[in-house]
Amino acid sequence: MPDEKPLDIVRLRAWVKGRIERSVPDARIDYCLTCGLCASGCPATGIDGLDPRKFLRLLVLGQDDEILKTNWIYTCTMCQRCRYVCPMGIDVGRIVYEIRGMRPRDERPRNLQRSCDLQKETNSTGIPNEDFVWVVRDVLEEVRQNEPEWADINAPIDKAGAEYYLNQNAKEPTVEPEEMVPLWKILHAAGIDWTYSSKWWDGANYCLFTGDAKDWEMTVRKQAEVVDALGCRYYINTE
Amino acid sequence: MFYATLEGLRRFNISHRFEFLSIISLYAKWIREGRLKVDSSWNKDGLKFTVQDPCKLVRQGLGDAVADDLRFVVKQVAGEANFIEVWPNRSNNYCCGGGGGALQSGFAKNRREYGKVKFEQLKKTGADVVITPCHNCHTQIKDICDFYGGGWQTTHLWNWIVRALKR
Repeated sequence: MPDEKPLDIVRLRAWVKGRIERSVPDARIDYCLTCGLCASGCPATGIDGLDPRKFLRLLVLGQDDEILKTNWIYTCTMCQRCRYVCPMGIDVGRIVYEIRGMRPRDERPRNLQRSCDLQKETNSTGIPNEDFVWVVRDVLEEVRQNEPEWADINAPIDKAGAEYYLNQNAKEPTVEPEEMVPLWKILHAAGIDWTYSSKWWDGANYCLFTGDAKDWEMTVRKQAEVVDALGCRYYINTE
Repeated sequence: MFYATLEGLRRFNISHRFEFLSIISLYAKWIREGRLKVDSSWNKDGLKFTVQDPCKLVRQGLGDAVADDLRFVVKQVAGEANFIEVWPNRSNNYCCGGGGGALQSGFAKNRREYGKVKFEQLKKTGADVVITPCHNCHTQIKDICDFYGGGWQTTHLWNWIVRALKR
């Protein structure tokens, strides 16, 4: 059906809208005043011919096919600035999340889905946990040897009962291991009793971005179990 | 990132015995308590700093309180006079364009077009250093700086804390 035709009433099925209203109880889609505050402050405005307001209109007007096929949902970063400025509190980012989840798994951006799938196994880069442990020990040894003033620095792993559990974005041990050192120095200088976990140490979690609630829940549940099993009182996220 | 865990624990009602914290708030707390001793005397040349407010930590996470902690730490570390504010800022700041999995999704042209807003905003500050506490922001802000020709250094916060550390 050519795009230049007037709105096709037959296509007003709006099942996507119905599904969002069911899964996001406070979606308030019909409250939209079309004021455009969302679009005027959104860096994704104009990209692929869409913006938060137009996106919401497509949804309200039941243009399900357009909504489901546009890759604008991956340009929108779900940053929720639109919600922050919306006088009616409509959260387009939250809606985008739901629509991402409606994509069949094999039609989602491959690397994004892969990062989540790897996270479910070990961490988002997929390096074995043993490698993480090895890298930490290796870098630690280097610091102790090369910087005499930090000879007593530590980077404990799986220390049961440590007060703080710390995570590290998987990119750091994987591609820029020296970026772990400043953290160790700060914690050491502050005299903090902390530990990594060899079972869950990646601070990133891309399962939030695939739109798949089951995957997101599974990964957060797993990390909560790991930290509780260590018996740490505080969980520090570094980013 | 912060929000994935914070909101995940909340939305799925996951029971846990720990308290979930951002390291930014802890840096600020430890500096305020005198537990972490820093000063800005190293910054003799008056290197100018600005910050990125990560959406997932600030607007979607702990709000303006953590954005204020971030500024407090940067000012302690780099010197009050060497901090330049971005506009808009804190909870009202723009996303860098790398968040939400955009760096993994593969639509690089769109991502950079999105990042143009962040680039212009940061360029306007004239800062030499952009502090990015989030790894995603770090990668994206470094990329748009290279792509559009920014000339600033994109760095994590921890490097500068160590630089300013007094033991």
